[in-house]
Amino acid sequence: MGKKDMTETEKAICHAVQFDIPLIPRPFEKLANEIGVSEGFFIQKVQEFLDKGYIRRFGAALRHRKAGVTANGMGVWKVPEEDRESTGNIMASFKEVTHCYERPSFPGWDYNLFTMIHGKTKEDCFEIAGRISEATGITEYKLLFSSREFKKESMVYF
Amino acid sequence: MDDIDKKILNIIQLNFPVIERPYEAIGKDVGISEDDVIERIGNLKKEGIIRRIGATYDPRKLGFVSSLCAARVPPEDIDRFVEVVNSYPGVTHNYERDHDYNVWFTFIAESMEDIERSIKEVIDKTGITDIRNLPATRFFKIRVNFTM
Repeated sequence: MGKKDMTETEKAICHAVQFDIPLIPRPFEKLANEIGVSEGFFIQKVQEFLDKGYIRRFGAALRHRKAGVTANGMGVWKVPEEDRESTGNIMASFKEVTHCYERPSFPGWDYNLFTMIHGKTKEDCFEIAGRISEATGITEYKLLFSSREFKKESMVYF
Repeated sequence: MDDIDKKILNIIQLNFPVIERPYEAIGKDVGISEDDVIERIGNLKKEGIIRRIGATYDPRKLGFVSSLCAARVPPEDIDRFVEVVNSYPGVTHNYERDHDYNVWFTFIAESMEDIERSIKEVIDKTGITDIRNLPATRFFKIRVNFTM
């Protein structure tokens, strides 16, 4: 499964939509013409990749800072093994939480659930983390804010 | 940004219509013309609010793996360290965070061995030895969109 099983034409279609599609009435027609397939076939393939989950999301990526969502706090939580499944699901249900993963802990680092929390301000993020703590009963946590952004790019797969 | 812009952003973040005339369909949803939608999206791009419109791929479904790495880097070495780390195309996000582990970056590659090998290279090139590879062991949520 995955990129290895795709035809050259399919990879060309994926390549065409991985950056920024043209801002014209028929963007897919132009992209299809450039690689020599019909507009209908191109659209059908993109839909197929969405259905298969190769494309997780098709849409606009925003610069959060400019969109007024300025603070991002990485919440790290120390959750006992037996509670992780239920706690992770509760954390994921918060709309301000965009990512929630379990990751390994290591000596000197006890935190094992990670949540990206987005808010307008740092105070918002603290308030949201407080509500998550109340909802889950997890009291050992930290919020790590980003003080500098060194890189933020989309992966080039094709 | 007015209410119509916000409505457009809410639609096109998650459900950009993959059809022949996407901007016409968005216009119908918010009650403006296709031309107006194109003009408004153009302005949102110029203002830097929209970074791009396109596909976001699922690395796992494409046969790739991803990880989050944490490094402990003395302040005076950060610039050099970041330059080396950012030179890898698989490093897509890299932030300084307020903790002893002060540099956090994401890594996407064709295998976890590739990521481990790259981390070893970074250690060799920078002399920074405390880099932790923390690939997710369970996924509860991945969603990047914001209601405006």
